[in-house]
This record gives sequence, C-alpha cells and structure tokens, in this order.
Amino acid sequence: MPEVPETPGADGPAGNGVGRHPHPGAPIPIDSPQFQVAAKNPRRVEGVVAAAFVASFFAIAAFGAAYWQAASSWVLGVTLGIALGTFGFALVAWGKYLMPQGPFEEPRPQMATTKEEKDEFVADFATRGKIAVERRGFLVKLMGAAGAVLGVVVAFPLIRSLGPRPNQEQSLYHTKWRKGAKLTSIEGRAVKVDDIEVGGIITVFPPDDLGGAFSQTVLIRVQQSGNIVTQPGRETWGPDGYLAFSKVCTHAGCPVGLYEELTEQLLCPCHQSLFQLSDGAMPVFGPAPRPLPQLPLYVDSKGYLRAQADYDEPIGPGFWYRGGANNEYAQ
Amino acid sequence: MIDSLFSWIDDRVALSRSGRHLLDKIFPDHWSFMIGEIALYSFIVLLLTGVFLTLYFVPSSTPVVYHGIYAPLRGQTVSEAYDSTINLSFAVRGGLLMRQMHHWAANIFVGAIVVHMLRVFFTGGFRRPREANWMLGTTLLILAIFNGFLGYSLPDDLISGTGIRIAFSIMESIPFVGTYLAYFLFGGSFPGTAIIPRFFILHVLVLPLLIIGLLAGHLGMLVKHKHAQFPGKGARDDNVVGSPLWPTYAAKAGGFFFLTTGVTALLGAIVQINPIWQYGQYYAYKVSYAVQPDWYMGWLDGALRVMPAWEINLPGHMIPNVFFPAVLLPGLTFNLIYAWPFIEAKLSGDTAEHHLLDRPRDKPLRTALGAAVFAFYFVLFGASATDVLANYLSITLNVVLWSFRILCIVVPIVVFPVAYKICVELRDTPGAGQRKRHNIIVRSADGGYSTIAADEYPGYVRPELEPVALDEVDLVAAMSADADQGPEGVYRIPRDYS
Ligand code: HEM
Ligand code: FES
Repeated sequence: MPEVPETPGADGPAGNGVGRHPHPGAPIPIDSPQFQVAAKNPRRVEGVVAAAFVASFFAIAAFGAAYWQAASSWVLGVTLGIALGTFGFALVAWGKYLMPQGPFEEPRPQMATTKEEKDEFVADFATRGKIAVERRGFLVKLMGAAGAVLGVVVAFPLIRSLGPRPNQEQSLYHTKWRKGAKLTSIEGRAVKVDDIEVGGIITVFPPDDLGGAFSQTVLIRVQQSGNIVTQPGRETWGPDGYLAFSKVCTHAGCPVGLYEELTEQLLCPCHQSLFQLSDGAMPVFGPAPRPLPQLPLYVDSKGYLRAQADYDEPIGPGFWYRGGANNEYAQ
Repeated sequence: MIDSLFSWIDDRVALSRSGRHLLDKIFPDHWSFMIGEIALYSFIVLLLTGVFLTLYFVPSSTPVVYHGIYAPLRGQTVSEAYDSTINLSFAVRGGLLMRQMHHWAANIFVGAIVVHMLRVFFTGGFRRPREANWMLGTTLLILAIFNGFLGYSLPDDLISGTGIRIAFSIMESIPFVGTYLAYFLFGGSFPGTAIIPRFFILHVLVLPLLIIGLLAGHLGMLVKHKHAQFPGKGARDDNVVGSPLWPTYAAKAGGFFFLTTGVTALLGAIVQINPIWQYGQYYAYKVSYAVQPDWYMGWLDGALRVMPAWEINLPGHMIPNVFFPAVLLPGLTFNLIYAWPFIEAKLSGDTAEHHLLDRPRDKPLRTALGAAVFAFYFVLFGASATDVLANYLSITLNVVLWSFRILCIVVPIVVFPVAYKICVELRDTPGAGQRKRHNIIVRSADGGYSTIAADEYPGYVRPELEPVALDEVDLVAAMSADADQGPEGVYRIPRDYS
C-alpha cells in the first residue's frame, strides 16, 4: 500500500514507506517525529477523550430528560453546555494529541499575476467587447438610457414610499400643544392648581396626544404661589409657582425626568445633562447644548392649568434644518 | 452503500478530482488564529438560536393586554413585541435559554471580531495581498454592530426603546439628509408603528444575508491567499506550515465549534442577560435609569457623554451636538480602519507581498500607534459608565466627567511612547517573553559555583521540526505505522521566531 518513493536515496526501512523532505535529497523516514502524535502515551489521552465523550453522552441525555420535564432554563442550559463542551473538548484533544502534528507544509503561489496574464485577459475582454459594442452603437445608447431611467424610476418610489417627508407631519417644528390646551396627565386627568404640592413633578400632555413622544412635558410646582419668571419675556409663563418644560432632552432626545428639588434642577438619565429650572432650564452640566423649551402656562377661572400656546421653538435635539429659512418660526 | 452513494454523487460533482487537495490544505497552528473561528462559530450559534426565536417573536407594536404567567406584568398594556418576548422568556420551553444564548452569542460575536481584528492589525496581517480582505472584515464588523443594535431593539422594552430614540436623534443630526433618513426609516416621526417590523426584517433577513455573503467572500479570499503565518522553522513567504485539514485540523476546529457553543449555552444558563421583564414596556415618556447599551455600543455612548455641549449654528442651519460624537467619530474611525493598509504602505514604502506575520514588538511604530488609538476608544468605553462610577466612588459626576475628558486625550499620549519603548526593549532583549528556564547550579572542582540554564521542561520538549511537504509523503502509511511512544505527557514544541 505505501507508495514507493522515487527520490534518489530514499531508503527507509522496507515496507515502512518514506516521506520526502522538502529539501531535495533529504528523505525523511516514516517514523520521524513529524508523523508522531503529540501524546507520548496515546493510551492515556485516549482515556481522557473517552471519558469526555461519555460525559457528553450522559449530559445530553440529561438535557433531553430536562426538556421533556420542562425543567428551568438553568438546568437546560447547564446540561446542554456540558454536553456540547465535553464533546468539543474530546474532539479538540483527539485532534491535538492523537493525530499527526507535522509540521507539514504546502507551497503558496504568489498572488500577483504576471504582466502577460493581465495583458491577455484585458486584451480579450476589451476586443470582444469592442467588437460587440462598436457594431451596435445605437443599441448601446438605448440600453444606457433605458437602464438609467429604470434605476432612477425604480429607486425613487422605493425610497420615497418608506415614509413621509420630514416636515409633512409638522412634527419637527410643532408639538400638539395649542392655546388653551389643558395640561393632562397620562391617565387623562386635567391638572388643577391644587393637585401638586411644592416639589412635585408630573408628566403632562395635551388632551388629544396622551403619551405623545414630542409633546411630553414636565410640570413642576416650584413654589406655593406667585409668578415665576425664568427669563426676561416670560413674565406670565409660570403662574402659581408652576413651571412646564419640554421633557425631551435637547441632547439626544431622552425623557428628562429626574427632578432635584433642592437645586431646582432636572437631570437627564441618558448622558447626565443637568438643566437649571430657575434659569429657564439652561443646561449647566453635560452635553446638552440648549435649554429645554418652556411651555407658557395660565390658570383658567376653574383652576385648570392650560397652555398659552405651543412651544416657541422646536423641541428636542437639533437637526440640520433647525433654525433659519426652513424654520417656520423665523418666517 | 455509502460507497455507491458517494460514487453516484461524485460522478455528478467530480469532488474527488477537484476537491482532493482540500484534504491537504494546511492550517498554521497558532492560538491567535482561533479568535476568528470564535467569531464564525458564534455567528452560527446566532443563526440557530435566532431561527428558534423567530418562531415565537411577534414583530409588532400593536398594543395588547398582557395575560401571561409573569404575575407583575399582568393587566398591563404592552406591545405585541414585548408581550411575545416575555412569553418567549417564561412560557416557551427552553425559550429563555435560547434568548439568553442568542444575546450572549451576539456579544461574543462582536467581541471576537474586534479581537480578531486587533490580532490582524498588530501582526501586520492586513498587508498586501490581504488589504481587500481587511476591508471586507471591517465591513463585517460594522454589519455585526448594526445587527446587534437592531436585535437589541426588537423586544421593545424601556431600555432598548430609549436606544432607538437616541438613534433617531443621531440620524436627524446628519447634515442635509438626516431628517429624511430618519423619517424614511421610521416611516414618519418617532416612534410610529413601523420601526419594530422594519428592524425585524433587517435583523433576521437582510443583514444576516449580507453577513453570510461577505463572510463567504472573506473565507474564500482566505483560501485563495492561504493563511498568513508566523515566522518559525521552515516558514517562508512561499509556503504554509501547519497541520492538514483532514483529519487534524478538522477535529480541532470541529471540536472548537462545540466548545464555543457549549460555553455560550453555559453563559445563557447561568449569567442573566437583558431581563426585559424588569425594565418594562417602552413608553416615550418613561424615564429609565442606568441606561447601558450592549458593550460594543459603549464607546459611542461614552463619546456622547464626554462631548462638550457645543453645537454649530449656521445661517438657517445647524450641526447638532450629537453629530460629532455619533456620526463624525465613527465615520472617521471606520474610514481610518479601511484606509490603514494603504496608509501604512505609503508610510513604509513597502508594497511587497507578505505572508509572514510580524511580531508586534518588531514593528514598534505600528504597535504603539495601534495601542494609542485603541486606548482612546477604551477610555471612551469607560466613559459610558460615568454615572455608575460617580455613584460607586461617591464623587461628583462633574469630577468623573472631566477626568474622562482629560483621560481620553492624555491616555493615548502616554500609551504611545510606553508601548513604543516596551516594543524596542522586548525586541532588543534576547529571549524576552519566552518561558523562564530552570537554573542548574554547578559546583566546579575548586569549589566555585555557576548557574546554567536547564533544558526547557526536561524530557517534554521536542525540538521544532522541519516541515514536511504533505503531497510528497504518505500520511496514511505514517498514521498506520504510528505506535505508542514514551511513558506519559505530551510534547511541547517551543517556537523559535527568530
Ligand atoms: C449578526 C448576527 C446577529 C446578532 C448580532 C443578533 C443580536 C441580537 C440581539 C442582541 C437580540 C436581543 C436579544 C434579547 O432579547 O435579549 C436579538 C434578538 C432577536 N434576534 Fe438576533 N442577532 C443576529 C442574528 C439573528 C438571526 C440570523 C435571526 C433569525 C433568523 C435572529 C432573530 C432574532 C429575533 C427573532 C430576536 C427577537 C427576540 C428576542 O428579543 O429575544 N437574529 N438579536
Ligand atoms: S439625551 Fe439627555 S443627556 Fe443625552
């Protein structure tokens, strides 16, 4: 069975076969260490591998039983893990210690092709194409035109039908707050002046947008009574000790909901921006670049808190078209 | 029976003619080559567990009232996505295990890709002719990160929903097209109802297909180039030295697949991951505490935190704050990675083919540069825990944040010269990094003592051997002739890289 080597000087023990050394003229006998397994005593390693396979067998049986009995995911996972792990361990040990380790080698041709190879390929490609195309220049132009139209016309509706144009819903620049909208809790209850104690905070929405991601607003009672003026020009915005700010962080849009009563600051949990309420929710810490827009409030004759108007600027994080010509507030 | 079946097939595909040499394909033996294998195997685990999940997961944000077996949630209005993930965790037999294995495999997958990449970088494995494969691998990393984010978003829980909100803001921040991208992807304004089904189909079909395709290209190119190898006895640019695919490598690699899967199963069983029933359903107005993304998003989260509160106002337009850490930084990062093989070739003027890998110490400049850049991202990763650290160390957030702002500039500047110096020292110290040998103390006849180094692990060492060309030896004869040898133990083969 062993093939007879033809190398000159290949004269290993008869019937033992002889391997050829990569370097010419140096035959290597079949009992050279390259062909030996890494285990010095393969019987022992065999024992370990066998034990691992047996463990795997029992573990997978246990997994089957556990699955049948609808055991907890803990039991399922541990039995499965042990079964797979021991099986894998056995295979690796078998390969690593009980199979020939070499080192063996194979040649590796250079990747770079020769100039002739390239030239021949390019010439064939170019000439065939040239002949095919030159005779039918008219067809080529038609194909180009049809292809271009196809690409554009197919791509356009495909992309365009994914969603509305950004400003179509007006949601970039406006929220659902309107003049007179009652500040309403998520349960749908309109908030009255006496509902919240000093230091209290709740999330409110316009009544027609409960839970709205953009109109969500924090309402905080900072003091018992009196108008709070956080910025010049906002003389009437904070009646009866109440302040309302957009709950959408101007950094990346997380809900800003942690209120620190002592310092009158709002904290955003995402990247820890801090907003100073008494200063018009000016950011005093963290990456938020702009204050939270303030919702102007008033208290109606029945004691309900209502919005004087929508926010006077786009709420939330910035975007390319914010401010300037595309911002309707500037128009 | 098997014979005739094989014969029938072979007459139609001619495997025995075209595929014979595959049996002899040589794989270099170095532990660092296993890292890429871990990535491959955990991707297979992702496919298997992922298919299981699709059988039960309902990709829809339609509200339903939860009536399942998890008592604390009963009666709450949740989305079908959240409802089905809860049921997957509590009601489906083996469901929680599959979910947790899937999630663990995702973390291992991206981790293995990153470490694999570092291995290739520091050993110069990206040099000609492997530049294209380096770029392909980078694309795979990007796709893996994206798909991990998409999967993380599917259960519609409070933490992942917050992540989607941030993703919306990041998309919006891109100049010119940002709002269009965001509105087209979300089918309108945030949150809408389209995002879960869309993320789902991207997550289970589009991106996995892309990954499979690119992976095939990645491995195909690997076969074409054959593995690069570390210098060692007989290893040259024009050969590959190692063990043959059949049977040695096949046993080791096949076993390693089961090991990887087994470890993933154990992790999925023992270490809880993403317990969404504790977070609750996502509502846009609900505040979540300790928002932490999966680890591979950590550097972005950290970058968002350390970025100073700047924004650029242009006439009529704005470049928002998040654009810099979340669009510009990753853009630069990945473009730098893509371009690195070409930058290095330009700098070193070396455009020759290389199949022998570098030892990191032998290329101090590359190693130091890589270490400094990696350190920068590592600091950013740490910065994603500013709040946790401040709590834990009882210092103010202000101190922690400013420390990180300073660290992400200082650490790379320090790491560069230190890494450079270590490389140079290691390179110039013979035997550095090699296993210490025992000393033998010898007393001479006139009473003087001297030490000499003992043999490494006496009796256990087999000297590094000359490689044997496989196509010229009869492996079958050699394997059948192989007899039991010494008393016990296994051989160790010290490598000589010089
Ligand atoms: C690149 C490969 C992939 C990555 C990195 C990945 C990652 C993730 C992650 C992190 C989750 C969240 C798991 C959780 O609930 O804690 C997830 C969910 C999910 N994945 Fe994948 N995945 C991959 C491929 C796949 C494939 C190929 C499928 C299906 C064929 C799939 C199906 C699912 C399903 C149905 C869910 C939602 C159920 C759930 O959240 O538990 N994934 N994926
Ligand atoms: S989203 Fe509020 S600080 Fe980043």
